[in-house]
Amino acid sequence: MFAYVLRRLLYALPILIGVNLVTFALFFVVNSPDDMARMQLGVKRVTPEAIERWKVERGYDRPLFFNAGVQGRGQVTETIFFQKSLRMFAFDFGRADDGRDIAQEMRDRMGPSLALALPTFVLGLFASVTFALILVFFRASYLDFWGVVLCVAMMSISSLFYIIGGQWLVSKLWALVPISGYAPGLDAARFLVLPVAISVIAGVGSNARWYRTIFLEEISRDYVRTARAKGLSERVVLFRHVLKNAMIPILTGVVVVIPLLFMGSLLVESFFGIPGLGSYTIDAINAQDFAVVRAMVYIGSVLYIIGLILTDISYTLVDPRVRLE
Amino acid sequence: MLRRFPLLLVFCVFLAACGPVWNDPYPASDQGHNIMYSAFTDRPKHLDPVQSYSEDEATFLYQIYEPPLQYHYLKRPYTLVPGSAAAMPVVRRYDEAGHELPESAPASQVAKSVYEIRIRPGILYQPHPALARRADGALHYAALSATDLKDVRRLGDFAETGTRELEAGDFVHQIKRLAHPRMHSPIFELIAEYLPGLKTLQKALAEEAARTSGALDLERHTVPGIEIVDRYTYRITLKGAYPQFMYWLSMPFFAPVPPEADRFYEQPGMAERNLTLDWWPIGTGPYMLSENNPNARMVLARNPNFRGESFPCEGEPGDREAGLLADCGKTMPFIDEVVFTREREGIPYWNKFLQGYYDASGVSSDNFDQAVTMTSQGEVSLSDEMREQGIELLTSVSPSIFYLGFNMLDSVVGAGAGAEGQARARKLRQAISVALDMDEFVSIFLNGRGVTAMHPIPPGIFGAREGEAGINPVVYEWRDGHAVRRSKDVARRLLAEAGYPDGRDVKTGEPLILNLDTTPGGLGDKARSDWLAKQFRELGVQFVVRATDYNRFQDKIREGNAQLFFFGWNADYPDPENMLFLLHGAQAKVKESGQNAANYVNPEYDHLFENMKSMPDGPERQVVIDRMVAILQHDAPWIFGFHPKAYSLQHGWVLNRKTGSMVRNTLKYQRIDVERRDAARAQWNRPIVWPLVLVGLLAAAAIAPAFVHYRRRERATALGGGR
Repeated sequence: MFAYVLRRLLYALPILIGVNLVTFALFFVVNSPDDMARMQLGVKRVTPEAIERWKVERGYDRPLFFNAGVQGRGQVTETIFFQKSLRMFAFDFGRADDGRDIAQEMRDRMGPSLALALPTFVLGLFASVTFALILVFFRASYLDFWGVVLCVAMMSISSLFYIIGGQWLVSKLWALVPISGYAPGLDAARFLVLPVAISVIAGVGSNARWYRTIFLEEISRDYVRTARAKGLSERVVLFRHVLKNAMIPILTGVVVVIPLLFMGSLLVESFFGIPGLGSYTIDAINAQDFAVVRAMVYIGSVLYIIGLILTDISYTLVDPRVRLE
Repeated sequence: MLRRFPLLLVFCVFLAACGPVWNDPYPASDQGHNIMYSAFTDRPKHLDPVQSYSEDEATFLYQIYEPPLQYHYLKRPYTLVPGSAAAMPVVRRYDEAGHELPESAPASQVAKSVYEIRIRPGILYQPHPALARRADGALHYAALSATDLKDVRRLGDFAETGTRELEAGDFVHQIKRLAHPRMHSPIFELIAEYLPGLKTLQKALAEEAARTSGALDLERHTVPGIEIVDRYTYRITLKGAYPQFMYWLSMPFFAPVPPEADRFYEQPGMAERNLTLDWWPIGTGPYMLSENNPNARMVLARNPNFRGESFPCEGEPGDREAGLLADCGKTMPFIDEVVFTREREGIPYWNKFLQGYYDASGVSSDNFDQAVTMTSQGEVSLSDEMREQGIELLTSVSPSIFYLGFNMLDSVVGAGAGAEGQARARKLRQAISVALDMDEFVSIFLNGRGVTAMHPIPPGIFGAREGEAGINPVVYEWRDGHAVRRSKDVARRLLAEAGYPDGRDVKTGEPLILNLDTTPGGLGDKARSDWLAKQFRELGVQFVVRATDYNRFQDKIREGNAQLFFFGWNADYPDPENMLFLLHGAQAKVKESGQNAANYVNPEYDHLFENMKSMPDGPERQVVIDRMVAILQHDAPWIFGFHPKAYSLQHGWVLNRKTGSMVRNTLKYQRIDVERRDAARAQWNRPIVWPLVLVGLLAAAAIAPAFVHYRRRERATALGGGR
């Protein structure tokens, strides 16, 4: 397995270089270094000289990919792409255009993002799987029918509606929890109750339907019939045997997102005033801060690759037949 | 029960943390304290006074730093009064020969202006580690090693703090910082025009910066034109006359910064920890930044070293009746702490204001109808719901303008060929000015929150006339004591005179097509575009919206490729020069990279501007301004859109609050009736628990049939028993 993981990590290198290249190209198609300078210096009273000084100081006065003005290796190394991208492979993200340390900013924001995303993930998964199993348990009954109707209704409603409706109903009308905000430590719980509940409810419809389909496919297999023939109760059949055997498709969708939990949720964090990583990229795009955009895309790619490797490893844990070679 | 104990414990902790109301977003320990609660939407980009130039940042910076001058809190028109200065600066003007000139001397004779500023003795800086000293007098944290900084993450991690008295040298140090090549001060170029010594300094510093990546020592450099007279006095010598310099002296660009702060923050390892002057200011003002987490909240705490200042005893008519002089002579600041919470979205912000968790709020379009009612006469009043909550509405016209500019380099709307062509283009601009009903625009798209502009100068700034003398005669006529917009027939006549009868070129018969360059989401929004198209259609003119992203839009403006465009300007200071310069030829965007986006050039206007900008306010200046305004109204390089009206709501427990966009150091004047706030919050936020019970019952009702079904199924036999 070690060799497999090492090989996958090596495969990741060209992927990361490619992601970097595409991010770089897309960003600079839309924003020129002059635009970035103007965004930082403001539109009021900014002069061409001030823009030039800013570019020189930040290293944006070089060509993007190829420097024809120098000889030898410098033609590649004396470019914005090389100068700004190489350090990232050592996870040295440098400073944002406003001068703040990006790694420090990420560390500060990661905690609140995880505080929201982790319980949402665990509770959401538990609620969706349980609800799906219950629907399967009562399959072909009126409970199954109305359960599916409920799922379709829930997945048809925009998550924005859940957020605004939840804030209005629970926080404004019933005054049960704060509408928005965040506090460190245990006090965070009362700020997280509502966003976590809303996120779980908003996701349970589509997830439960998807898991129900997986479970229904699984219960038509021979081993289920055998289990029933042995006289096992339906509860034991479903929760002990079917659930375990349906893990592979579930893990495919679930494990890959675990590392991405660090990245936070844009909408929920924004409406509930949670100071996480969710909005960092959007803020950076609005501020035309390439350093942050590049760092966040890079981190996202790395986490996604880690998620894919973890998914492969998890298969071996739930299915002894799978071998990573 | 024992297994459930931890859950019960968490629930109890949860409820205990909630206090008497459950939805209070602040810690229970805050209750009863003299704290003001506010919100911010965008995180401040810069808190270094040499860089900061936006309203979001001003909210914090003006409470921390004390420039030499400040605006009087209550008086209108805006009046400058001493801040950290002991008195208003003494200004002496000299000619080329070095002879002192009288105040009435024309600006053309002035070779230099000398500002001598004496500061109040005894002003102390806030407690700060940069100023901490050892017993031997040496700075405590002047030579920090990597080991010293190992456990340092924020400013509070330094055990020692210190202070010292404010000196004239600190103001001089800050002026030198304007030229720092790594700080990119937005006003450097402007100020260096009058203080050429700054350009020399910047050149020297830039050369030094190219040699070393380390700190630049400003103390080694002297700048001609800036000198320390004595411990409490400094002198600035400007080239020529620049009366508006007084206004700049009220901004943080000219606030004092101790050199020790730069030495402290420039040590290796500090910037990596976000410990910079751009993040942690050091000032002498009434408040200091005690918490800086711009993702969540920022806290201003009372500066224990603040000298105290008396609440003003004079204001404008109506202030006494409004209770704004009730605290006359009392020592400020009144509030101990101001907590700013970041609210990215308008809905939670608004709801928390209604719950009493924010002391004041703006009025957005989304909640306008809930907050404000308009009478058929267009008068504004609070809705019944707001009034029942004791909420008050404050309005004021902002010293800003939003206008629709014509690119004067454009062959159709701007520079026609020859005198005849120019006259045609002018008539076309006038026709469009008449046809575009900006009163309707303000009514539809701003809920009436704006005053239609007659010229560039906003009301309340010297030069803006009211009544009949203040109307734009090209667009309005004075009838029965009111300005009445001229009819569309006038616009059609002007259009025909311009050579486009019924919107078609009289020579070619081709339809006239006008293009609005805009950004998506801005004034090019569908509804607004449709409205504009309708206005043009009434003249028979075809209208095209060319929407591009913000960067491309700016490129078009810079390169002169736009035809019609919406633009705006917020005044830096309350002087007509700061509005009329937007049409000065020397500021033309394409040729001079200035602020004149319309690229309007009129030699007579430019000449008058050069005279007007250095004149003192008075009848002579008014005559010049009147002529300049008349030129603009006749040439119509802009459709003078509107001056936005700021609407602000506050709860009844907020006292001494007065709107006025120029006055930004407002927190020290305000007061909170804490008992009244606590009582209102408790009354408005009683938790309603029955929905929780109802949800439990509904869940039970849903589970019960499932349980019955389950039991029946589990008991079922192959022969169908139990079914």
